[in-house]
Parts: sequence; structure tokens; C-alpha cells
Amino acid sequence: MSTYRIQGATGEWEVVIGLEVHAQVTSNAKLFSGASTAFGAEPNTQVSLIDAAMPGMLPVPNRECIRQAVRTGMAIEAEINRWSRFDRKNYFYADLPQGYQISQLYHPLVGEGSLTIEADEKAGIPQDKVVGIERIHVEQDAGKLMHDQHPTMSYVDLNRCGVALMEIVSRPDMRSPAEAGAYLRKLRTILRYVGSCDGNMEEGSMRADVNVSVRRPGEEFGTRTETKNVNSVRFVMQAIEHEANRQVDLIENGGTVVQETRLFDPNSGTTRSMRSKEDAHDYRYFPDPDLLPLELDDAFLEECRASLPELPDAKRRRYVEELGLSDYNAAVLTAEVETFARFETLLAETAKRLGKSEKDVATQVANWSLSVAPGVMNALGDEANPAHATAGAQAAILQMQAAGEISGGQAKEIFEIVLKTGRAPAEIAETEGLKQQSDTGAIQAEIDKVLAANADKVEEYRGGKDKLFGFFVGQTMKAMQGKANPAVVNELLKAKLG
Amino acid sequence: MTELTELGVKAIRDGVAAGDFTALEVAEAHNAAVAAAGELNAFIVTTPDHALAAAEKVDSDRAAGKALGAMAGVPIGMKDLFATQGVQTTAASHILERFTPEYESTVSQNLWNAGAGMLGKLNLDQFAMGSSNETSYFGNVVSPWRHKDGGNADLAPGGSSGGSSAVVAARIAPAATGTDTGGSIRQPAAFTGICGIKPTYGRCSRWGVVAFASSLDQAGPMARSVEDCAIMLEAMAGFDPKDSTSLDLPVPEWEANLSADLRGKKVGIPREYRMEGTDPEILESWERGKEWLRDAGAEVVDISLPHTKYALPAYYIIAPAEASSNLARYDGVRYGLRELPDGAGLQDMYAATRAEGFGDEVKRRILIGTYVLSAGFYDAYYNQAQRVRTLIARDFEKAWAQCDVILAPTTPTAAFALGDKTDDPLAMYLNDVFAVPASLAGLPAMSVPAMLNGDGLPLGLQLIGKAFDEQGVLNAGLAIQQRAGFDAKPEKWW
Amino acid sequence: MSVDQTTVAKIASLARIKMSEDELARMAPELSQILDWVEQLGEVDTSQVEPMTAVIPNTLRLRDDAIDADPLTGGDKRDAVLANAPAAEHGFFGVPKVIE
Repeated sequence: MSTYRIQGATGEWEVVIGLEVHAQVTSNAKLFSGASTAFGAEPNTQVSLIDAAMPGMLPVPNRECIRQAVRTGMAIEAEINRWSRFDRKNYFYADLPQGYQISQLYHPLVGEGSLTIEADEKAGIPQDKVVGIERIHVEQDAGKLMHDQHPTMSYVDLNRCGVALMEIVSRPDMRSPAEAGAYLRKLRTILRYVGSCDGNMEEGSMRADVNVSVRRPGEEFGTRTETKNVNSVRFVMQAIEHEANRQVDLIENGGTVVQETRLFDPNSGTTRSMRSKEDAHDYRYFPDPDLLPLELDDAFLEECRASLPELPDAKRRRYVEELGLSDYNAAVLTAEVETFARFETLLAETAKRLGKSEKDVATQVANWSLSVAPGVMNALGDEANPAHATAGAQAAILQMQAAGEISGGQAKEIFEIVLKTGRAPAEIAETEGLKQQSDTGAIQAEIDKVLAANADKVEEYRGGKDKLFGFFVGQTMKAMQGKANPAVVNELLKAKLG
Repeated sequence: MTELTELGVKAIRDGVAAGDFTALEVAEAHNAAVAAAGELNAFIVTTPDHALAAAEKVDSDRAAGKALGAMAGVPIGMKDLFATQGVQTTAASHILERFTPEYESTVSQNLWNAGAGMLGKLNLDQFAMGSSNETSYFGNVVSPWRHKDGGNADLAPGGSSGGSSAVVAARIAPAATGTDTGGSIRQPAAFTGICGIKPTYGRCSRWGVVAFASSLDQAGPMARSVEDCAIMLEAMAGFDPKDSTSLDLPVPEWEANLSADLRGKKVGIPREYRMEGTDPEILESWERGKEWLRDAGAEVVDISLPHTKYALPAYYIIAPAEASSNLARYDGVRYGLRELPDGAGLQDMYAATRAEGFGDEVKRRILIGTYVLSAGFYDAYYNQAQRVRTLIARDFEKAWAQCDVILAPTTPTAAFALGDKTDDPLAMYLNDVFAVPASLAGLPAMSVPAMLNGDGLPLGLQLIGKAFDEQGVLNAGLAIQQRAGFDAKPEKWW
Repeated sequence: MSVDQTTVAKIASLARIKMSEDELARMAPELSQILDWVEQLGEVDTSQVEPMTAVIPNTLRLRDDAIDADPLTGGDKRDAVLANAPAAEHGFFGVPKVIE
């Protein structure tokens, strides 16, 4: 149970949040036309006659867009509707050439599902929480209006118009900005795992309509407002916070919340009523007569399921249970597709080189991936060329370290040179003298000198002062200028001291 | 030599192929007929150069020994609902005046690929909404027919394909394209004594055809004989991946398989089409039709289509609902008319543009469609109409257990005078009462001329077939054509 | 179900068709007459029937995810898209300034 409350003048208020996330489906071409979906093209160059709604133009759906939405539905364990249909949502706006958006109201492609957000004490999420997802439907994106290019005109660019979106509609299950943020991040992670959306919020690949209402804890839902097109996790959280407080102030001052569409202003972190959509409430939805019902067969569904990757929750569980990683490391490693992909490649490569199981090297590789390697990279800043950080190079370093040829410190130094130059780790270790001494003769000689120089301490040690062992190790290492293999030093010292 | 304008599609094609005359001679003769027929107001624009260029290509192909297409050398009229690249396409509306598509509709492209040429873009009811061609922004089309008593009241050529019916009947074009949403090919064909077939929904691509009601719109040919319709439909039809509702089936060889021998076939006579107030001469033509089909070897059986009376009201919910949405794209932003009063914002511009750009009948239907889809009414109107539509289709399904093809009148009356029904939209709508059921069920249906009535005006008979069975419809039509011996034509007064 | 002038005005506004009082007065009875007539559909018992979704049994085809595979349905044709525009500037469609 979230304990997030707004302290009003008259008491506590609970916030109720539902999110409608518009996620751009990853596809080459648009949902109903062959125009490209690439981001950032010259205005109106990625517009077909269909997207421009020329007279007599007709939509034909893109299989990949349907497939990606189905796979996304499967990833949230949702019901996949074998029979669905496209409907028209009718309204007039300059970014909507047809005068209607092809969407799915009555029979969406994906039905009821859910996702789990993880406990995060610091954020006020005491335990894992399941957030219900009501539906996912497929629809067309609209074009873009630019208002600042001309004194009396707005300019219309239809490049985005007709790009496929999944609208992922949550239940009003969230109770704090933090929960909404966690939900968005988790959803984004799932989409990126599945590969159905790149999750790039800056380019608008993911936007959220934020439904917010407030109520006295435990009472009926209040009237909600919908803040449109909020395009970052932080902004969503800000919008909720502002909107909830606005509603509380309004109610406590004797006003009532009006069900309306609002706009978020990122500069001020506030929301305001949206004038242009005021009268657009009667959308006159009806089945699109240009399109037949969409029926999915077994082969299609099987391919969708078979092509699903291991999903975040399962992967995290496996990292803990099978690889023996800590909960924290497993969570961090599985949060981003790039992170786990790099980790798994390095893990496989390292295990192979060492002739060990992945489980046996997982902790070493995880520590390297999460703290050692990023530490070196960050310290180098611009001097580092990330392209040099290949799995092969890193595995070679880890291999030398595991074999006792190099120390942890040397591993970092070698990686630093790798990042700057791309040279091979083994060659660096050799040429730069970054190898530790495992030659028992040389170490033995230094040990003898240390023990001779510290005869009194040897006496004390033999008299039962065990702690002095570390002192001898330190003195030997110092004498070897840090290049001795500590394991060998330990072993030899033990033998000598009896 | 026969006048080239008297020849039909088959005669022209075969004559060109045989070298009896050149395609260019045919095109020139028809271009001249077009130029002389201004009084009919059948064309919105004429395209003599298009017809000539197509003809020259056919003649040179023939000289080079190349294979000629199924419509080689045939100049046709193109209903101005089909987008034609580089040629103004208006749907007879002000809102699309001067709109010049950068693309060619699939159906017109198919016809050009088959060797046809274009005489011009034919007038029609605005956005194909009307049954008399009186809703065009470019003025009424006048039927070439007149009452035989010499009264010179202008008659309606039917609608919405009124330009098409007028030019084919008047021997200005051997054939023309039509579109049929609720009778717009069959009713004008019946009014003007020609043939016209609406194929099964999905046979002809809708890509590039200005949409009226998407779930009903079908293109088809209008010509002076059943054979000509078969030839032209074969050229127009075919699977089009650009239209989601296009039928992915090979185009049958309708022309080659024409046969007027109906032995073993059963012809259904739907008792519900015998409506009160139907013109006795219409009923008489229906009786003759039965006799002709019996004579061709068919057995005539009574059938029932119990939901017939609900077809028209269902149509007048579904078609306007779809139209209200289909016509939303005409907003003055990307093409066509823009009305921008001083100080107008975007939404004011829309309202002003659409007020100026649409005619009364189009507005009426958009308003009806908007109303029946609006909040709170959707179930009672639109969904109920679609349920009734299911029942109407089911009626036909049941009928096919008893018969192979259905015979009915095409219209309840012969052609009426222009202006007769313009004050009463409902009376106008009732003209399509016999045509609409087949549209709602997506079935192939054809009108063939049967006889002249007492006023000397043509009456048509309608044949409705099973889905995909255009052949059955054409064959029954051919049997009637051979027995009716209809050779009347309007006397030239224009 | 008769519609009055106010209702027609509301529908006309929803349909973005500007209408004068005269036009509304003329249109209201016409629309009422048509709507009264279509009301007869209410007589039909459709409790056991699904609304029609496809007039000819046919399933929705899906196309391959290819860019500009057919020039008729692909993009990269800005000139054609803007060719008929009442106000095209700098590659955009121009409309009266919108305040969101």
C-alpha cells in the first residue's frame, strides 16, 4: 500500500493515477501506408497519398505492426484477441488529414494483462505491486503542427501521420508519482526487451496521457483530468504532483474538478486547460468500413510467442537463482537491454576462456561490468573509445586476473590502455610490465629478507599474534613493488612461518 | 459503313482488330459526338486528347503486330468519381473543383491497360449522392430520352451515374464506368434503356475512387449490351493489394462463358418486391421477364425476402454514417476549396469551406450520418441498421437454396422529370427501393432494358445473383436481351 | 425521433458545416422526416443477430513491412502531396494559426 498522501488544509488526500501510454511501434513503414517511419526527415517527405488522405485512398495494415503489438501483449501476459477490428475516431484537426483516426475502441487487439513494479523503499513503494493493464490497441499517430514559423499561420508536417502506435491503457491502480514513474520505466523496459518500441521519449516514441483524480483515502474515485502527451518519466511525475495538488486546492476552496483535457508545461512543471480540444468529446466511433475484421491464426500467434525473448522478470530471477547474483546486481543488469546484452556476451566469453560454467564466473563478471569497467570509463571520460571495450578484450583481462597473472589494479590499468588505444590486453600486460610476479624464487628471496629484517615480529607471530600475518604480506608486496601475486605470497609465507 | 458511334464495345474492339476501321477513326467520331452534346451537360470536362492518344497507341500496336487488349480502341466515358492523373476529378462537387490528382484509380488504370481511351469525365450526383443527377455542382444532366407525346420536359437520366447513362444511351460513348452504392449503376441504366452491372462487392478495386459509403461502393460498367458489360467488367475487375476489401480471386472469363441457355436454372421471384404503388407497366415488364427466362429454359419459382422493406431505411443509416466520416477529409487544408473568412481560425475555416463546398443533399446526408453516430444514438441507429443488414443478407442466403438468380424490377417507375422530386428527399430515396437490398448484401446485380412504357420510356429488369456469380447474372441478362429485342434509342434533339 | 433546429445546429457544428438560421430552419423538418422514417427499423427483432462486419466473407490481409514498395502507397513524394494544396509553404501545409 502506498502511503503517499497530499496534506490538504482539511486533511489527507489520496491520488489515483491511470496512464495511457502511446508507444510508437518499431516498424520500417507506417501502419496503413508504405511511407517510412524514420525520425527527423524533411517535412512532408515521408507522406504517402494515403497519409495525406487524398480522395479515394485506402488503408492496408502492416503485418509487422500487428505482430509487435501482439508480442507486447504476450509480454504482459495479456489476453490476445484473435478477432479484433479497427474503428474510426472522428474529429477535425489540422494534424489529422482523414478527419478521423483509425484506432480500436470496441474490439482491441490485446485485452487484460498486467505488469509488476518492484519494491523501492526509498521511493515509498514498500513491496512489489501489480498494475493492471486494461488493453492495448493499435492506432495511427497524427501529424505535427508548428506554430512559430509564421506570424498568422501554423504549418502542418504529416511525416508522423500514420505511424503505428500502441496505446497501452493501465487500470487506475497507481497511487503516487513514484508508482507511476516505476510503471513507466518497467513498461519501457518490457517494450525494449520485446523490441516493439525503442522507448525513446525524447523523439516522442513514448508519450503518456496522465489521468489523475484525488479522493479521501478509501472513498469513491473523484473526477479525473487527462493531461496529454507528457514525454518523460520525470514530467509525468511532475504533472501528477502538480495536478493532484491543484485538484486538492480546488476542492478545498469549494470548487469542483471538471473532466477535461489538459496540457503539461515542462518549463513551469504545471498543467493548464487545453482550448483546442474543448468540444471534441463526441468522437462518433464506428467500425472502419475500409477494413475487414482482423483475424489471427495459430501460426501467426505461435510465431509471435516463439520470437519473444526472455523477459525482464524472468531474467532477473534467473540471474539470482541460477547465476547466484545479488538481487541488486540482477536488478541493475536486467534494467536495460544494452546492459544485459553486454553482460551476457562478456559472461559467455569469459566462461569459455576460463573453461568454467557461467555460474562460476558470474559474480566476477557482474562486478567487473557494474563497477570496475564503468569506473574506468567514467574516469577516462572523452579519452575512452567505447568501441574498444569489446567482450573479447574484457574477457582477456578477466582471464588474466583469474589466472593470477595480473592484479585487480593492473586489470584496471590495462583496461584503461585498451580503452584509449584498442591494443590487445596480453600485449599491454607484457609491454607495459603490468604483470604480477608469480616466480616463487624471487618472492621467496624477498620474504627471506623481510623476515630477517623483522625477527622480533616473527617471534611475536610465532608466540600467537596471528594478526601480524598481514604485516608480512604487506611488507613483501611492498618489496615486490606490488607486482607479486598475493596468493603466492600468502602460500609461501604460510609455509615459512609454519 | 455503319456510323461508328452506333457500335458497341465488342463491335469496336473486333472491328479495330480486324482492320475494318482504325481506333483513331473511332476516337474522332466519338470526340465529335461529345463536342456536339453540350446540351446534355453529361461531361464535366472532356478529354479528346486522351482518347486520341490511346487510339493512336492501339493503331500503332496493331501495325506492329502486338497483341491488343480487351478494350483496345474503345473510347469510354469516365464517371468523375474515379481519380484520373492530371485530369480534374471533382465528384461533381465545388469542394473538389480544380482538384487534379497525382494518381490514377486502379479501375481506370486497368481500362487504359486494356487499350481503352477516355472521352471525358462524366457528370454525376455530387459525391454520388442522388438518384436523378440533380445534385451536381456542375448542373443537371439531361436525359437524351423524351416522352413520346412530344412533350419536351427534361427527364432525369437517373443517378448517381447520370452522365454515364446519358452518354451511353445517346450514342456518345459505347460504354462508361459507373459506381453503385445503392443503385447508382442500375437505376440510371434502367431509366435510359441500357445495361449496367454492379459486381460482387470487392471485385473492382475502390482504390482511387472518391468514397461515398465504403462498405457499399462498387464500380461497374454501363453499356448497351450484356456482352459489352461482360467485356468491360472483365477489364475493370481484379485483385488489388491496395484495397483491403478487394477479392483475391482470379477474374473469370465472363465474356467467353456467356450463355443464354438457362436450362436447369431456377429464377426466384421475390414476393416482397411486389409493392403497393408500383407502376402497372413495371409489373407487366416483370411478367414478361419471367416468360423470357422460362423460354430460355429456366424454372421460375416464388421466393421470399422478408426483410426487404427494411433495406432502404437501413441503407439510409449506414450509407450516410459512412459518408459523414469519409467526407471529413474535405477540409480545405491539403487540396480543393478553401474558404477563409477574415479572422477565421482553423475550425471556422473548416465550417466555412464545407458550407461553401458541399451541396444541400451532401450536407443532408452528412448531418444524418453525424447524427446517427453521435453519442447515445450509435446502438439504436447504426448497430441496429447493421443487424438488419445481416438479416437482409441472410434472406438472400436462404433464397439461394431455392433459386440461382433473382428477377425483379430495377425501379418502381420509369424516368421522372427533372425537378419532380427535388423538394422531397424521401420520395427521391424511395426510387432505389428495389436496388438497395443487393447493395446491402454485396451481391452482383444488373439492369437490362425490357421494354418501353406507354410514354415511350425504357423500363429495366434487374437480375440479382449469388456472391461471385456475375456469370449467372450476365447469362440471365443475355437471355432477356435476346428475347426482349430492345432496340429503341432516344431520338437526337441535342 | 424529430430533431429541432437546436439539435441540427449542434450536429452541423460537430460536422463542421456552417449553417445560417434559414438553412437550419429548412433542414430541420427534412431531417426529422428522414429520421422518423428510418425509425421503423426499431420494429425488427434483432436480439439474436450480430451487426454485419464484412459483407462478403473475407479476412483482412496484412502487408509486408516494406518502405515505398509501391510508389502509389509509399512516401518520398512531397511535390505530389503538396501539388493541390491551397497554401503550401516551405514544404508544409499552411493553416490559420492554431492556439493549443
